Amino acid sequence: MMLGKKLLLGDEAIALGALHAGLSGVYAYPGTPSTEITEFIQNDPVARESGVRSRWCTNEKTAMEAALGMSYAGKRALVCMKHVGMNVCADAFVNSAITGVKGGIVVVAADDPSMHSSQNEQDSRFYGKFAMVPILEPSDQQECYDMMAYAFDLSEKLRLPVLLRIVTRLAHSRASVTIGEARPQNSLAPDVERGRWVLLPGNAKRQYASLVGLQPTLLELAGKSPFNKLEKGKGLGVIACGIACNYVQESLPEGISLLKISQYPLPASLVRELAGISDGILVVEDGQPFAEEGVKALLGADYPVYGRLTGRLPRTGELNPDNVAEALGVSRGEIRLPAKNLSPRPPQLCKGCGHRDVYTALNQVLADYPDARVFGDIGCYTLGALPPYRAIDSCVDMGASITMAKGAADAGVHPAVAVIGDSTFTHSGMTSLLDAVNDRSAITVILSDNLTTAMTGGQDSAGTHKFEAICLALGVEREHLHVVVPLPANMEEITRIIREEIEYKGVSVIIPQRECMQTLARKQRQKKAEKQ
Amino acid sequence: MKTDIKLAGVGGQGILSIATVIGEAATAAGLSLKQAEVHGMSQRGGDVQSDLRLSTGPISSDLIPLGGADMILSMEPMEALRYLPYLGPEGIVVTSSKPFVNIPDYPDEAALMEELDALPGLMRMDINEVALRIQAPRSANMVLLGMAARNLTILSPEELRKAIRSVFGRKGEKVVEDNLKAFDAGYESIQ
Repeated sequence: MMLGKKLLLGDEAIALGALHAGLSGVYAYPGTPSTEITEFIQNDPVARESGVRSRWCTNEKTAMEAALGMSYAGKRALVCMKHVGMNVCADAFVNSAITGVKGGIVVVAADDPSMHSSQNEQDSRFYGKFAMVPILEPSDQQECYDMMAYAFDLSEKLRLPVLLRIVTRLAHSRASVTIGEARPQNSLAPDVERGRWVLLPGNAKRQYASLVGLQPTLLELAGKSPFNKLEKGKGLGVIACGIACNYVQESLPEGISLLKISQYPLPASLVRELAGISDGILVVEDGQPFAEEGVKALLGADYPVYGRLTGRLPRTGELNPDNVAEALGVSRGEIRLPAKNLSPRPPQLCKGCGHRDVYTALNQVLADYPDARVFGDIGCYTLGALPPYRAIDSCVDMGASITMAKGAADAGVHPAVAVIGDSTFTHSGMTSLLDAVNDRSAITVILSDNLTTAMTGGQDSAGTHKFEAICLALGVEREHLHVVVPLPANMEEITRIIREEIEYKGVSVIIPQRECMQTLARKQRQKKAEKQ
Repeated sequence: MKTDIKLAGVGGQGILSIATVIGEAATAAGLSLKQAEVHGMSQRGGDVQSDLRLSTGPISSDLIPLGGADMILSMEPMEALRYLPYLGPEGIVVTSSKPFVNIPDYPDEAALMEELDALPGLMRMDINEVALRIQAPRSANMVLLGMAARNLTILSPEELRKAIRSVFGRKGEKVVEDNLKAFDAGYESIQ
């Protein structure tokens, strides 16, 4: 038994907590800052021995559905993703609250306020409220671990999925965690209640009514949750949600009341109790003003509530000990001025990366086509937007490159080029390509294949070695499908092919294929270490 | 007692290994620890930083407040300057003096060094040159840790040496020896 203390990232504490809660499978697509949860489980020898499923999924929706299947069979499943992954799995997630679960399901959404590596700062708690399921929000690494057993028990007791929301600073911060005992996995026991799982309108109406009927129970459970705590004082009352609690405690003025919230729905009884002993309430929460809106609605227009909506805290960006101290009215000593000799150092494509050769070739050809537009996608190659390449005109969501190129081509843009990576293509680009093929859109797709999911650290990519077959099967014509090796030595061949395919008034796919420098170097290091 | 360290560098320079060694030593010594890292996109040649907080008591925030750091420990001189507003009134800067130039508008080197040298208690050294000289070219980050060790009271050099052994142990004896040698070279360089 692994009792004792361990130094763990928030992500790792969640992973270990889930394993110790009798997890049978983790289903996930890599995404910063959630990736390390699944990687921890993949690398855990005990998990491997006991057959915990942990292979990467093609996208967040397939992950959520596989978890629902495992739950149907009676076992416990974990689903992990970054916040925008919630958009991809929303159909499955929202409807899993209607069917309910059998084995426990915990969905971990890792939000990224301040957009350290994301395109927005959407707050996943809204999804939990939308689906009407319990939401947990740990405040530190210990709670990340402790909450997993609690979350799975809660999920099975209520027969609902539970959403656990974390933010970057918890996911990627390490602290010492006290480890408890492991519980065995559930045994196989598929559900026999068909009416719950077949969401024809007749069944769905009954299931939805029962979900609505459960809401008072959810509220009551939040009110007495061991993770929600009211410390009474006087003057200004503070509500701190999840990690915000740590920032408040860093500079907590003596004697004020503090309500820590780590379980939702918003615990109305505790909020009212706090309001009763306070002159006003400051809501401190990372992300969007989710609790602040709820508190305002609960206490009415006359009760003073402060937070991100009132400007007491910044409306955008993550919390930190400084903006929270300011909101609390705690003054700090003198701060040094920023240095003078300082330049920004943005991330860039690695030396020798194949994407570099792709952009060099593309820029060379498109220099002759001033009307060309290049629709980018999500991955390392998004850095092609920055100097020296400045090669892409858009980056919106996973898979949008191909479909946006199609729409723009429909509108008359020519050349319309899409640049998409291998993992992003299987995640959400295949359906886009089918649309383009069916409509014979005049687009040139560059499927830049580095044989891995590179940006998140080199995870397996679902379509490796299958891309030609996939493109042909989707209807791309053989003579307009090319595989090239993106190297400076092949520049003439690559530019010739791009030029020819741009002139073709239908769908072309060019697959520059060369392994990511990072995964290649890692493999070489491993080989060297094995030899020693 | 508490020690807050702002670790800085460029992606790939090995600041997370420094954090791992200090973390290991702190855990063995029974200290509280929080260490916020940067993962993902910013690893690729961009600036990286990590907040490392050690304490004999509980630690609340994962992030160091402005003006709160006892030390800026940096693998690159300009990156050391990036976090100046986080440095406390008594805080010190320990940094590599060798610029890593991978951007077109890197500041003038002489002006940069002048600004660094004006900081009280600055310690800078060409750690890559030291690592090369002692034939441990991949261990420049441990030279820097050795320099820092001179100024850490919360952990002893012996505790850090032990942590180097345990962190690099699975990579073989040669790697352990190189890293210890580098650590000692950094430690001895400061009187």
